[in-house]
Amino acid sequence: MSSSTQRSKGGRWAVLLLTAPFFVLFAAVVIAPLGYALWLSLFSEQSSGLGFGGTESVFTGLGNYLTTLADQAFRDGFAIVALYAALYIPLMLGGALALALLLDSGIAILRRFFQLALFMPHVVPGVIAGLIWLYLYLPGISPIVSALRDGGIEWDFLGDHVLGSVVNVAVWEWIGYNMIIFFAALQAIPREVLEAATMDGAGPIRVALRVKLPLIRGAVITALLFTVIGSLQLFNEPMVMDGVSNGIVSTWTPNMYSYAEAFGKNDIGQAAAASVLLAVLAAVLSYFVTKWGNKK
Amino acid sequence: MTSRLVSKGAVNVFLLIAAVYTLLPLTWLLFASTKSLSDLYSTPGFALSDLNLGANLSAVAAEGDGIFFRWYVNSLLYAGGGAALGALISVACGYAFDKYDWRGKERLFGLVLLGVLVPTTATAIPLYLLVSKVGLVNSFWSVFIPALVHPFGVYLARVLSTGYVPGEVLEAARSDGAGEIRTFVSVALPMLRAAYVTIFLFQFTGIWNNFFLPLVMLSDQHLFPLSLGLYSWNTQVTAFPEYSTLVITGSLLSVVPLLLVFVFLQRFWRAGMTAGSVK
Repeated sequence: MSSSTQRSKGGRWAVLLLTAPFFVLFAAVVIAPLGYALWLSLFSEQSSGLGFGGTESVFTGLGNYLTTLADQAFRDGFAIVALYAALYIPLMLGGALALALLLDSGIAILRRFFQLALFMPHVVPGVIAGLIWLYLYLPGISPIVSALRDGGIEWDFLGDHVLGSVVNVAVWEWIGYNMIIFFAALQAIPREVLEAATMDGAGPIRVALRVKLPLIRGAVITALLFTVIGSLQLFNEPMVMDGVSNGIVSTWTPNMYSYAEAFGKNDIGQAAAASVLLAVLAAVLSYFVTKWGNKK
Repeated sequence: MTSRLVSKGAVNVFLLIAAVYTLLPLTWLLFASTKSLSDLYSTPGFALSDLNLGANLSAVAAEGDGIFFRWYVNSLLYAGGGAALGALISVACGYAFDKYDWRGKERLFGLVLLGVLVPTTATAIPLYLLVSKVGLVNSFWSVFIPALVHPFGVYLARVLSTGYVPGEVLEAARSDGAGEIRTFVSVALPMLRAAYVTIFLFQFTGIWNNFFLPLVMLSDQHLFPLSLGLYSWNTQVTAFPEYSTLVITGSLLSVVPLLLVFVFLQRFWRAGMTAGSVK
């Protein structure tokens, strides 16, 4: 673009000055901590001698990783998150897509109002969303529980069904946000394309599924990528419910596991190993989602 | 004609149901914050009872010598200050990526994108371990500095700079003898004002929502942001039920300003989300 600047000395200094603040901070708060965690994860605190004189760090290689991977609680955490993702991702993204297509159908009224109303929950911080829903799940306070009870249904939101309850909070928070993204992508489709399809005799549903959907694939894949990574990090909502729900244990998700290792058990090496595993898994998953998205 | 009417009805009914789903919990919060503890349990969720909002508000204000307002100020400092400075850092970096060429540029940008994808919660505990080594744990800076880094902001800034700042304007400024940094500050930056607001909004909500990092970093109540403060109140609820009115009223107070900001600044966050989707 501005080829005249790239060779000049002033240009080089400008690039350095403009990008340095970001990359210096990025190195300090992302790269250095990950490197330090990688280092710490190779050591284990062991009490020296007969338990007198405190502890000492012993190099254990991949020991912490093996212990973490062998820990049933850690693996249960991944099973919970996998189950959560299997419910949450299709519900939330499918719902957001359906709503965006309805909004874009040309027969929706009050489009600005609907966009704003559906987006509102996203502005509510995750912890507060968790708190609001916690009360909406709590027998005695919740109008939902009492309405169900009046209808003869006993539904224990915070016991056996707690996974569904957590999924619901997440759907509530994210469905409108993703709907707006999809709607924006739909609005960017050239109208001639849609007119041509209609001229060929395709009905509105056919146009939506066969023409519009493939055209906004990029937006859907991007949203999927962020949703997968977000699911892996599940922490705030179950953490808020942890105290009240007997369906949630302190190591319920991988993030809760590393938190419990670091602050409950003070096992730094293992907490570091769990964090590194989570970061690696996020990288691997996003690689596959992107690759899969580009191929099809 | 009738079938068109039916489908129009069906489409709008679906949208209406979705809107009820998203708005009902917030409406409930509004009702609940006007009730006393006993009415909270004994009256229907969507019915008014004796108006107790005033008493609830003063209970929130009185608790812990007004610590709630301290949390409010902290949240504004973390999110407002962090986003104001962080968005500037992102805009400068994204602008450089858009308008200059240098060796290894795209590889460096790949690092930025990787930063978008690494979960912030995966770095929180490592960050805690590092920061406690340096002795900065449980300080204002331990939450403020990490919040400045916003790789998605750099990505957005690059995309938006392509659209907002024409290369010819920069050439004109240069041929007038302005230096590179001067050109950025006095020519490009004003043109990127809308991009700055968009990135600021994204980062502001990100920091305002952040819970994991303050949870691991802070133990001094006086440094808590709102989310962590309300969480700490809620952990008391099982032992002291009267905390539930504090949590409910406090939640309402912390949500309302954000909702207003978003209603009034619709144009900006819409722009950011569109740029994020059509890449």
